[in-house]
Amino acid sequence: MSAMNWTIVAPEIVLLTMACVVAVVDLFVTDTQRRVTYWLTQASFVAVAALHLWLLPDSAPYGMQDMVVSDSMGHALSFFATVAMIFTVAYAQPYVASRDMLKGEFFTLAMFVLLGIQVMTAANNFLMVYLGLELMSLSLYALTALRRDHAVATEAAMKYFVLGALASGFLLYGLSMMYGATGTLTIPDAFTAIGTGRINKEVLSFGVVFVVAGLAFKLGVVPFHMWIPDVYHGAPTAVTLMIGGAPEFAAFAITIRLLVEGLSGLAPEWQQMLVVLSIASLVLGNLAAIAQTNLKRMLAYSTIGQMGFMLLGLTPTVIGANTLSAANAYSSSMFYIVTYVLTTLGTFGLIMLLSRQGFESEEISDLAGLGQRAPWMAGVMTLLMFSLAGVPPLVGFYAKLSILQALVTTAAVPYIALAVFAVLMSLVGSFYYLRVVKVMYFDPPAAGMPEVRSAAGVSALLAINGAAVLVLGLLPGGLMAMCRDAILKALTS
Amino acid sequence: MGLLSAAIWLPIAVGVLLFAVGHDGNARAVRWVALIGSILSLLVTLPLISGFDAHTATMQFEENFAWIERFNVRYHLGVDGISMWFVPLTAFMTVMVVLAGWEVITQRVALYMGAFLILSGLMVGVFCALDGVLFYTFFEGTLIPMYIIIGVWGGPKRVYAAFKFFLFTLAGSLLMLVALMYLYYKSNGSFDILTWHKLPLRDGAQSWLFFAFLAAFSVKVPMWPVHTWLPDAHVEAPTGGSVVLAAIMLKLGAYGFLRFSLPIVPDASREWAWFIIALSLIAVIYIGLVALVQNDMKKLVAYSSVAHMGFVTLGFFIFSDLGVSGGLVQMISHGFISGAMFLCIGVLYDRVHSREISAYGGVVNTMPKFATLAVLFAMANCGLPGTSGFVGEWMVIIGTVKTSFWLAALAATTLVFGAGYTLWMVKRVYFGDVANAEVKALADLDAREMAVLSMLAIAVLWMGVYPKPITDVMNVSVGELIKHVAQPKLP
Repeated sequence: MSAMNWTIVAPEIVLLTMACVVAVVDLFVTDTQRRVTYWLTQASFVAVAALHLWLLPDSAPYGMQDMVVSDSMGHALSFFATVAMIFTVAYAQPYVASRDMLKGEFFTLAMFVLLGIQVMTAANNFLMVYLGLELMSLSLYALTALRRDHAVATEAAMKYFVLGALASGFLLYGLSMMYGATGTLTIPDAFTAIGTGRINKEVLSFGVVFVVAGLAFKLGVVPFHMWIPDVYHGAPTAVTLMIGGAPEFAAFAITIRLLVEGLSGLAPEWQQMLVVLSIASLVLGNLAAIAQTNLKRMLAYSTIGQMGFMLLGLTPTVIGANTLSAANAYSSSMFYIVTYVLTTLGTFGLIMLLSRQGFESEEISDLAGLGQRAPWMAGVMTLLMFSLAGVPPLVGFYAKLSILQALVTTAAVPYIALAVFAVLMSLVGSFYYLRVVKVMYFDPPAAGMPEVRSAAGVSALLAINGAAVLVLGLLPGGLMAMCRDAILKALTS
Repeated sequence: MGLLSAAIWLPIAVGVLLFAVGHDGNARAVRWVALIGSILSLLVTLPLISGFDAHTATMQFEENFAWIERFNVRYHLGVDGISMWFVPLTAFMTVMVVLAGWEVITQRVALYMGAFLILSGLMVGVFCALDGVLFYTFFEGTLIPMYIIIGVWGGPKRVYAAFKFFLFTLAGSLLMLVALMYLYYKSNGSFDILTWHKLPLRDGAQSWLFFAFLAAFSVKVPMWPVHTWLPDAHVEAPTGGSVVLAAIMLKLGAYGFLRFSLPIVPDASREWAWFIIALSLIAVIYIGLVALVQNDMKKLVAYSSVAHMGFVTLGFFIFSDLGVSGGLVQMISHGFISGAMFLCIGVLYDRVHSREISAYGGVVNTMPKFATLAVLFAMANCGLPGTSGFVGEWMVIIGTVKTSFWLAALAATTLVFGAGYTLWMVKRVYFGDVANAEVKALADLDAREMAVLSMLAIAVLWMGVYPKPITDVMNVSVGELIKHVAQPKLP
């Protein structure tokens, strides 16, 4: 068991090395040659993604003396996070360049964010979870504050840092309770210890409250959502995307690692909490989003609502039921988060594309008449909005479908009621997504709007992103099966 | 690729092509591509009519492939006597709509034509789908193009109408989605509609499912009291949008009753039939009266649609061969007639830019050809024998008499109210002296408009005089359905 098993951490090693290389190389390039750094970063991401794909079929060998686990779920999530990062950096490059933020730090920090995410997805130890989380969060705080002379961004960074530190404290405190009760930091050992039934239940329950609170902060669900609107709004859009994109995979991964793999013995406790968090998020996220006029803020509240929906997939009681039905429920959440990040990438990518020097296209009204000004982009945005609203044949519908399916197949009345409630809340949600489409197509373009110009490469990437939302909607089977296999392996190992 | 797949995907492919390469600079080419695409889509549906075997109630032209294996969702298509006619009807009305928008739509032509073609493919998909998720995908997918059509080319209150249309219909169908999930669970992991037909269900579950389906389909039909989106949507939609809404989209809901409610939850259907019959009669009588007082021609025809659809649901829920066949005939006939009536209003609107009845008067003096056709459609709308409008209403009334004389008597008031509101409108718009200078300056139909309206007139008359080919196709399937509904399905 306690071997080093270097191969399974190959992606992380490559990423760490390349992050250092990029940092050093950047010292020698001038501002005009910054392309070198950009391409080097993207090349490292591609290599890391490839390594994760190569390691994907692994079934749970442990490595680094049981600090990390290499299973399909971890590699799949890391792979998706890396791809999300490739898109993020590609969308961000012209945006940060025009705002004088295109320094080497941007790339190095982005790589450290990804490294933190990968440490979390592979964590097999409470401390690894925490280390990955801190690596990611600290890099993100710095990125948010990258625009030093910008008051709103600095304020957002401050808020993010204070609240994020508080959340980390919660999580760490909860984990220390777990350690105190079970006497181990290794997740599978904690699972075994709880399974014996000889552990003091009160300490465990007390600890699990803090763990869930810490996770809820990271996922951004009510009542731990306060930072989301301010940070999404205040951070430069490129960083907003970096916060709202790839890190969602990490948040999901540690939720599964801690709650399902480590603490599934306490499932009745944490599932109740998740139900409350979901309901509160669905209500607040969807209702508050209606009132927003700022597109980034609206998407922030929409994130809260979407995360509430995603958490529903983790709530069905599976204790005593078979692993298959558990995999069914949890994998629907995984599918949901993958598709959600895919759409988020597109929406924020589009906001960046429409912004220019000295003009942030972040009010909903800035999209007015986009259907005439830039039909292709409006088309992509329409697909994304309908997908978020959960209208078939777009991928967002199948994500909602699989969550609802997980709830209804429990055949318990409270869960069916929960499904009906979630459905009604997504009806409320569809209103503000529709409003974006309305502004783009039904409203005439405002006078004096700058012409939409964009690099061909970024536009092509955005078109691919939009097409993926549609194609995955028409053929969602492959991705669903992949999520299911990944979760199934994680549960049976 | 099978025939049904071709009927679904050909118009969608043409629509996507128009989105991709069309712009207002090549509007002329866009129109022609749209027309050719819609005609081809109509042609591929014709082998359905010639190749259909009317002696069996089983599904024909079936296609069945795995689609989403994770949930055992299948790409399962097929038509029986109940659904077959709606496929060519949809394709036919799309040709009409493309022609109707030929000159009127001058801005964003590609978006307009593309949206209608995609919509057409999706609606055909609804009629052919035999898998729950596939059905839902097509059923909901239709909202996207229709939302755009109403919102972009509609009248002054188009945004309000588009939202109301979208949110009303979405609200209903989301509840149906939960019902589909429940059936999936009950049938041990199958989304196959035909499997669900055989699935035994407890009484309580049946009632819940019945109301979940009712939520989705009643909004779409629309039944009183959830019909309020329809007049708004109709009034604000462009002519083509109104035609498609009235002619096809309302039928999706009524069709849903026959494909889902009746066969899947027969016991609940029988138990709650009184409820549907009551709502239907309210639609027939109350909405008929509401139609009488409208000043806006489009609103009048919209309310008339609600009343006519009330007849359809009434026919379905008296559980007799005649009632169900009558309802189906009424659906097809109403497709032609309401489409034609909206096109007639479009003809006037394009010239005068008003839908108010009071803006017209004596149109027959300046547009004799048009007035002849318009009066024919109006007569059909009030159910004159010899037109298609008569056949369906007559069948439903005869079917209802067997159940209860008084129900039939109430239903038959539609003939009075229908004649009342339609003929009164005809009188005020078409007859009398020329009302104003605008009417005096009207030019009669051009060749394109003449062609569109005459084709519809032929359809209306042909169905009225010789409906046998249509009812023959339905008979066996309807008979089987009635037999199926009569048997209890409790476990």
